[in-house]
Amino acid sequence: MKDYEIVVGLEVHAELSTNTKIYCSCKNSFGSEVNSNCCPICLGMPGTLPTLNEKVVDYAIKMGHALNCTINRVCKQDRKNYFYPDLPKAYQISQSDIPLCEHGYLDVMLDRQGTMKRIGVTRIHIEEDAGKLVHDDSFAGSLVDFNRCGVPLIEIVSEPDMRSSAEAKAYLDGIKAILQCLDVSDCKMQEGSIRCDINVSVREKGSETFNNRVEMKNVNTFSGAVRAIEYETKRQIEVMEAGGTISQETRRWDDVKGVNSLLRSKENAEDYRYFPEPDLLTIVVPEEKVEALKQSLPELPHHRLLRYMNDYRLPHFDANLLVENLEKAAFFEDCIAIGGSQPKSITNWLLGDVSRILNEKNWVLSQSELTPENLMEMIALIESGKISNTTGKTVIKVLMEENKKPSVIVEEKGLVQVSDSSVLEAIVDEVLANNLKLVADYKGGKTNVWGFLVGQCMRASKGKGNPALLRELLEKAIAKL
Amino acid sequence: MELYTKSATELGRMLRNRECSAVEITKASFSRIAGVDGKVQAFLTLNEQAALEKAAEVDQKLAAGEILSPLAGIPVGIKDNICTKGVKTTCASKMLHNFVPPYSATVIQKLENLDYTLVGKLNMDEFAMGSSTETSYFQKTANPHDLTRVPGGSSGGSAAAVAAGEVPLALGSDTGGSVRQPASHCGIVGLKPTYGSVSRYGLVAFASSLDQIGPMARTVEDVALLYGAICGQDVMDATSASREYPDFTKSLDGGVKGLRIGLPKEYYGEGVNSDVRDAVLQAVKALEAQGAQVVDVSLPSTPYALSAYYIISSAEASSNLARFDGVKYGYRTPEYKNLEELYERTRSEGFGDEVKRRIMLGTFVLSSGYYNAYYKRGKLLQQKTAEEFAASFNDCDLLVTPVTPTTAFKIGENISDPLKMYASDILSVTVNIAGLPGLSVPCGKDQGGLPIGMQLIGPKFSEETLLRTAYTYEKLIGGFDPIPTL
Repeated sequence: MKDYEIVVGLEVHAELSTNTKIYCSCKNSFGSEVNSNCCPICLGMPGTLPTLNEKVVDYAIKMGHALNCTINRVCKQDRKNYFYPDLPKAYQISQSDIPLCEHGYLDVMLDRQGTMKRIGVTRIHIEEDAGKLVHDDSFAGSLVDFNRCGVPLIEIVSEPDMRSSAEAKAYLDGIKAILQCLDVSDCKMQEGSIRCDINVSVREKGSETFNNRVEMKNVNTFSGAVRAIEYETKRQIEVMEAGGTISQETRRWDDVKGVNSLLRSKENAEDYRYFPEPDLLTIVVPEEKVEALKQSLPELPHHRLLRYMNDYRLPHFDANLLVENLEKAAFFEDCIAIGGSQPKSITNWLLGDVSRILNEKNWVLSQSELTPENLMEMIALIESGKISNTTGKTVIKVLMEENKKPSVIVEEKGLVQVSDSSVLEAIVDEVLANNLKLVADYKGGKTNVWGFLVGQCMRASKGKGNPALLRELLEKAIAKL
Repeated sequence: MELYTKSATELGRMLRNRECSAVEITKASFSRIAGVDGKVQAFLTLNEQAALEKAAEVDQKLAAGEILSPLAGIPVGIKDNICTKGVKTTCASKMLHNFVPPYSATVIQKLENLDYTLVGKLNMDEFAMGSSTETSYFQKTANPHDLTRVPGGSSGGSAAAVAAGEVPLALGSDTGGSVRQPASHCGIVGLKPTYGSVSRYGLVAFASSLDQIGPMARTVEDVALLYGAICGQDVMDATSASREYPDFTKSLDGGVKGLRIGLPKEYYGEGVNSDVRDAVLQAVKALEAQGAQVVDVSLPSTPYALSAYYIISSAEASSNLARFDGVKYGYRTPEYKNLEELYERTRSEGFGDEVKRRIMLGTFVLSSGYYNAYYKRGKLLQQKTAEEFAASFNDCDLLVTPVTPTTAFKIGENISDPLKMYASDILSVTVNIAGLPGLSVPCGKDQGGLPIGMQLIGPKFSEETLLRTAYTYEKLIGGFDPIPTL
């Protein structure tokens, strides 16, 4: 078999989380009673007219900035004409030749070592969503739920820059993280707020030209996207290996069966008869607004990830956990600002014990009493040898529930680390005396009991024993036996 | 004189002076309809009971000393493509034969706020496509001046109802001449306002970039009154213009001294009937005698504008009318095996020939491979036409032309020859193409006694000038001809 390379381009449709729909004042919300968020306008009743929700333009421009696009301050909307029962006007208002944003890119991280790849973003345009066909056992035909009609969408079209399903997944994850970070889409996959169409072609490795591409529709999850790309790649290679050629066509992905099937060939491609939407004015966004929206962007997740990895030397795993939780990230940055400890020590606590306790209590960070100052002071106590790491685990529990200085807690509870050899020697002797069989086992080669013996010593010291010293004394004592 | 012969302005005055009641006015309108609509066939739906209730309400308000608008209690007929909440709105099509809108057009809401009386809904060419009202699915409307002739179209029902004295006021819609041409054929006054001055919300769209709702009446003053009531920016219509409008009835008296009237030579050429040409030029002379100046101008793209018009309007119509698919409202074919068949049969059976012709034409000019050759060129020609008009207004304040090349033709005369029918729009479509206001004003009759109309065309938002000029003319000739005997 020849060596093949796959070429993937993605069209991501994201529903925007504006309060109201794109062309009328109906509520934009998922899960309402069937046909309850509708009015004559989004139902396309005769004589009704659309008026543009300007928030949609703002949201799309924000996304455009985040993806380094040129913003077309002057652009238009067009009608895409086709018949389907979920499309009440029989045309979708979209943008054809002049999208709101174009010529952008997204840098995605391909692995944990931080290998980067730039994926081109061809364009971002605004459009309206269609309704949904509903099938009900009590009714032989199809029913239509128009609630989703007029829900604002942006379509983000990538360049054919991805060369594997993993790259596609990294791109999709990146897009999703940005949409969430900008708070322009809630990105709930199960509610269909992000969907994608995937273009796949396969060529011999080293080839500079693109082969015919196949467009796959109906991909509703990112994991489905990976499966769909892998399936289609395999299918195309099989066709080519058998001496066949791939024709440009549209296929429908069936995620349950894990296969795709022909939807329409190029010859039967729909002619959407795009033309400028005469009911709406040219969109003109003032320069100042474009700039203000740019200034309003928060730090983007992929930038933050890189910063954490580069500036704080955090491993990808820690950095990524922080990026995924803005509250913890902010807490982390506050700790860094206080300074005095290694960033990794901070994430060890924040993503370790603190996160575990939050999970147990089903809290978010702000529901606890923990402050960056207290965490940093506690870490300082450990690093200076004042308390042991084990004691820290006790202190952190208190800090989560009470805003009290760690030094005060240590004082009150008598948790100061014991580094007095004579005190610790007595403890070691007692533990060994009570565990003679284990000591014999240890000496006989069962080294795995070591941890248990150390634990017993720590316990006997009520967690206050200096662990390094305890280990040293324990080792010596066993050697003497 | 009977109440039905009076103008809306006069009826309003009488009402305020308690010379008659709103109920009497409404009853006069319905009794006239009962008397003559069997011959004229202007109305598709009558709203008699609700109208009488509304009139009684107006009388009560007046009795209680409320100050009401000049349109309070005035009977108005509405073209059947303007949505009226709870009252059938069919567009004279089988497709919408049973459609009752759950909302009212903005213009209807405005008139309701002024306590007008909705008399009923008026016949038209199906979906406003036609120039004779013969493409209506329901009935053929006759010209009150000669019942064997068409009233013009597409607002033929509106024009005929006003001309026959059934209502003093009506609303029509004008995409390529559909207010002005029937007004001309029926000897009444009709205004196609500047694009963007009247909200299109609730007007069932034919060609969105050209459609405007317009007032029709037997006097200029009434047209000014109704226009003032319906114009204005509407947040529901993104294409409606943001500006303040004056009270158009207040500035009618200004005369025409110093007014520069342009005569575009392309509008007086071959194909324009000599009776029509002579009548219009004579009216211009009369205005000249009042102090207006006449200048010759040229609008060289005029011969091409008709093609541009049919390309653009059909393209938009093919998209606007796609929603009539049998899924949600209106007609649905009784038998179908699948979705494709539901669409095909519903649309084949629900639309008439003229509508289907335009949908096919529009679909063709927008289809890939033909878009640049047709639609795009049509839009370029539109721009050129608008530029020529704008340039001509450097030399004059308004243009005067005939509204149509001929007077009303016989029912059935042109219906089987679409091209001939389309050609009759040549003098009116340019105004829509350029988004300008156009006013159709009666200016005499041809040898057969049929009304002739002159068209006043001005720059955008020059309605005040057009109305003042027309009013001057109306006064000069001692008023327009009375309602014909039926």
